[in-house]
Amino acid sequence: MSISGSETQVSYLEYQGKHKGIWSWLLSTDHKRIGLLYLYAIIIFFFVAAFLGLLMRIELIAPGRTIMEPQTYNGLFTIHGIIMIFVIVIPGLAAVFGNFFLPILIGARDVAFPKLNLFSWYLYMIGAILGVLSQFIGGGAPDTGWTFYVPYSVESSTNVIYALTAAFILGFSSILTGLNFIVTIHRMRAPGMGWMRMPLFPWALYATAWIQVLATPIVGITLLMVIAERVLNIGFFDPALGGDPVLFQHLFWIYSHPAVYIMILPAMGIVTEIFPTFSQKPVFGYGAIVLSSLAIAFVGYFVWGHHMFTSGMSYNARWFFSFLTFIVAVPSAIKVFNWISTMYGGSIDLKPPLLYAISFIFLFMIGGFTGLVLGSLATNVQTHDTAFVMAHFHYIIFGGMGFAFFAAIHYWAPKMFGRMYNFRLAYIAWGFNFIGFNMLYFPLFIVGLQGMPRRAYDYLPQFQSGHVLSTIGSFILFAGLLLMVYNLIRGARKGAVAPANPWKGVTLEWKIPSPPPHENFDDLPEITSKPYLFGNISDNK
Amino acid sequence: MSVHNTHSEHIDSETGKLGMWIFLFTELFLFGGLFLVYAVFRAKYSAEFHLAAGELNAFIGTMNTVFLLFSSMTVAMSLTAIQKGDRKLALFLVFVTILLAGLFMVNKYFEWSHKFEYGIYPGSEVLKNMSHGELLFFGLYYMMTGLHALHVLVGMVLLSINVVKIRSGSVNSDHYLMLENSALYWHLVDLIWIFLFPLLYLIT
Amino acid sequence: MKHEDKHISSYSSLAIVLAVLLLLTAFSVWITGFHFGAFTVAVALIIASVKVATVLINFMHLKFENLFLRLLVTGVFVMFALVVILTFVDYYFR
Repeated sequence: MSISGSETQVSYLEYQGKHKGIWSWLLSTDHKRIGLLYLYAIIIFFFVAAFLGLLMRIELIAPGRTIMEPQTYNGLFTIHGIIMIFVIVIPGLAAVFGNFFLPILIGARDVAFPKLNLFSWYLYMIGAILGVLSQFIGGGAPDTGWTFYVPYSVESSTNVIYALTAAFILGFSSILTGLNFIVTIHRMRAPGMGWMRMPLFPWALYATAWIQVLATPIVGITLLMVIAERVLNIGFFDPALGGDPVLFQHLFWIYSHPAVYIMILPAMGIVTEIFPTFSQKPVFGYGAIVLSSLAIAFVGYFVWGHHMFTSGMSYNARWFFSFLTFIVAVPSAIKVFNWISTMYGGSIDLKPPLLYAISFIFLFMIGGFTGLVLGSLATNVQTHDTAFVMAHFHYIIFGGMGFAFFAAIHYWAPKMFGRMYNFRLAYIAWGFNFIGFNMLYFPLFIVGLQGMPRRAYDYLPQFQSGHVLSTIGSFILFAGLLLMVYNLIRGARKGAVAPANPWKGVTLEWKIPSPPPHENFDDLPEITSKPYLFGNISDNK
Repeated sequence: MSVHNTHSEHIDSETGKLGMWIFLFTELFLFGGLFLVYAVFRAKYSAEFHLAAGELNAFIGTMNTVFLLFSSMTVAMSLTAIQKGDRKLALFLVFVTILLAGLFMVNKYFEWSHKFEYGIYPGSEVLKNMSHGELLFFGLYYMMTGLHALHVLVGMVLLSINVVKIRSGSVNSDHYLMLENSALYWHLVDLIWIFLFPLLYLIT
Repeated sequence: MKHEDKHISSYSSLAIVLAVLLLLTAFSVWITGFHFGAFTVAVALIIASVKVATVLINFMHLKFENLFLRLLVTGVFVMFALVVILTFVDYYFR
């Protein structure tokens, strides 16, 4: 592979385009700057939503009223859910790392539609700010939960419309990002990079983008229908007007289940980049990983009914959705075997990114297996709408997607900012995060199995020890998060200057300077071989 | 592809067209959600849907279908004209397309206001006294035709921009991606209507 | 970038396509006079699908496009059909 490390161009951080100062960021169509815009926005919104979560945990430390009224609590879990789901984890990895690294990994100078890319970010900000505002203005914070189930979302007198509109706009932003990525991958790959020479993070983004494009419109129209039902009194879902609330659940989950794969597929893609680098060994089963990504995206589109086992679906629909749910576990498991086999026999270097990636496997497995408990019809009746669901969900989303995000930021921060963070602090923060996370969510599996309902403000005294443990865990986790972000920000500002390739990686981003120049490559690279070939000759068969 | 394609202003036509097609897929699924709702309620309340559809004027519906089919042809022809370098004809054909779209909207306006006169509009007393099936039918009728009409308006705006661009010469026989994509969008508006028409007007 | 290989539909072929579409429309209006019971919707949808395919292939130039895009368009319709079928696995067996 011949890559010209660019000495002629200034880095994207120092590049001066048409606009100066803050406008050189807010009007930039450079995919790297847009990636950072998403990153900063996501960090801010994440701490808002995490703080709301912390408040909920404090409330739940003891039965009865602790620090807030029940209605406040309803608002908190709704806004926590809306921000976390629609503002952070759905765009999260794709918008931040996808934007920053997709063009670099496939050897392009930018995405296919740079202006559209910036437009997506503005839509995203409008939606996100509207979502946060819905907490504070007028009729009070929405209290429907992030799922907006009718008929309550039609009747509730709170700011449901703001929240619905916010979710709609965010969905639109997500569609445009997905569209951009699909076209970029189709049309912008470097000369010689056939489909099977593409690194696996772009592959994961490709599968994700298709779900974004084909599933999001369904929830878009569904939210519009709820808005129409509220504003114009058109009957769709309200039984009083002949509508069907279960139909709303169908439409909502037709999007929102695939949305879980929008969150987790890029996470899987990122750890797939990390394992080969820190094992110095080609990824095990490249083709299997590609196929399993596509299979997860495809089958994951048709499992939505497993959210509705107790909603009164027909028996045939229930067993069929349960069956499909078990099918989708297979490609997920294939990936786990691939990651472990990639590490097997490699020269493992336990740097912070790898530590987070391994934690990802551990937490994702717990989340995955408890998902099968929920996916079986009989056990679902016991666990449906309990804290068990909530714990499972957080193991997948926070343990999976969240820890993959941390892995990614520790992996790529030296490239993005050209400076290194402190390893010691990173390890300590990891310890806090990992212990805090498990302490926060694992007890909820147990109290959930015992019958603790989710979204509940009050509970029976018998569940208290679990909740106390969980609340202590939440403080440890929050401290760990603060420490991690502090370390990363300090590293980005005044850490030691990072070399172009600190981890001995072999994908394209490590062959250009840190931070990358404005146009990424002086001359587009010619790709002549598969990805993930490390120096060792016996590996390069 | 040239090796030195820097952040260029010109998007090449294959790339632009693929982007448009994918956008059209999202539009199909947007309406798809409504079609799914229609299908479920239609299966549940088929007798009431028959009854309610009788209230719609099949003649106006057919006329609008003809307008849209015609406009689909004219916009396709305008693309042929611009490819052949016949600017005047292309302008004329885009103009006819906008005119037909306008006729569609006028028709729609009269159709809706006629319904309103009879008190059939979302939330009205007349509607509340009807059976659930009829109420759902009219809810879907307004939502589907309303969303479709919104797309017609967007299409009209897009085509008007093309008029300006053809005049100024920035859409020409070498660069006509803008017209091509607008035409694709306009055909989609037609496609949706082809499904809406029998489902709403012809099930009496 | 220039359009390298232009595929141009002739005016007459476009006019023929319109004629076919108008005939199909007339046919579908005419056929509603008959009562096929449960199949009325099926017949209406089949005619509509033929019309949609005609528009896609001729007006939207799918006949000039590469195999991949043609597969994509087909795939999207199949995906939607699967979603409807799965939903009706619930409603039909209630």
